[in-house]
Amino acid sequence: MADELRIAVTADVDVVTARQRGREVAAQAGFSSGDQTVIAAAISEVARNILNYAKRGEVQLSVVTNGDRQGVIIVARDQGPGIPDVQRALEDGYSTSGGLGLGLPGARRLMDDFDVTSAVGKGTTVTMKKWRRMNA
Amino acid sequence: MEVPILKQGHYLIASIQSALTDADLSQLREALIERVGKFRARGVIVDVTALDVMDSFAVRTLRDIAHMARLRGAETVIVGIQPEVAFAMVQLGLTLKGVSTALDLEEGLLFLDQQAKLRIERGTGRIDRG
Repeated sequence: MADELRIAVTADVDVVTARQRGREVAAQAGFSSGDQTVIAAAISEVARNILNYAKRGEVQLSVVTNGDRQGVIIVARDQGPGIPDVQRALEDGYSTSGGLGLGLPGARRLMDDFDVTSAVGKGTTVTMKKWRRMNA
Repeated sequence: MEVPILKQGHYLIASIQSALTDADLSQLREALIERVGKFRARGVIVDVTALDVMDSFAVRTLRDIAHMARLRGAETVIVGIQPEVAFAMVQLGLTLKGVSTALDLEEGLLFLDQQAKLRIERGTGRIDRG
């Protein structure tokens, strides 16, 4: 496992920090500037969800190599109320916070791998990955 | 970080200088809507050239600014969305529907001038809208 970065999310400024760190990590891992933006936007959505629904949590960033692929892994974790219906939360336009309802489904479209595990009353973990092929 | 709002003629120009928190964006919305009245502005330009990410909250706030300003009698145009930002926005499903955009500040000013002209012509009945 390569370097790991943890950003505590407890205020809206942490959402900005998380996406900026994410962009840096993606840049170091060799992602194009377009992909860096995509990764930063996805982080922004999941970090804001932590704030909106759980008040506090953390975003963990790491870089992995898998064969000829390099990836950025983002784990957004909270001990908030959890999501009763994860399938529903992944639908466009569904929101319980008065938002646009594009956060989770949008982040899923931006990333290559996307997984949500949630338990009501225990919290939510969103794990998402973006991959790029390494050139020799 | 507060966004500076300049007044130029009948227009207000908000030039975003750096990354903004949700609170900064909300503050910008309040400030612009208040100043539309204070300066009797007919147009608002929000320059987002410096924004390297636009997520759902940013887009919702910009949309709100445009709609609120219109209710107060001013047209809004968002200028300077960067190519990568546009790409990520489309992937996210964020469209800024119903909000005018222009490539940069210059185009934004031209757009507002055209809108103002149209409004005057309509007002004096010189335009054939058939």
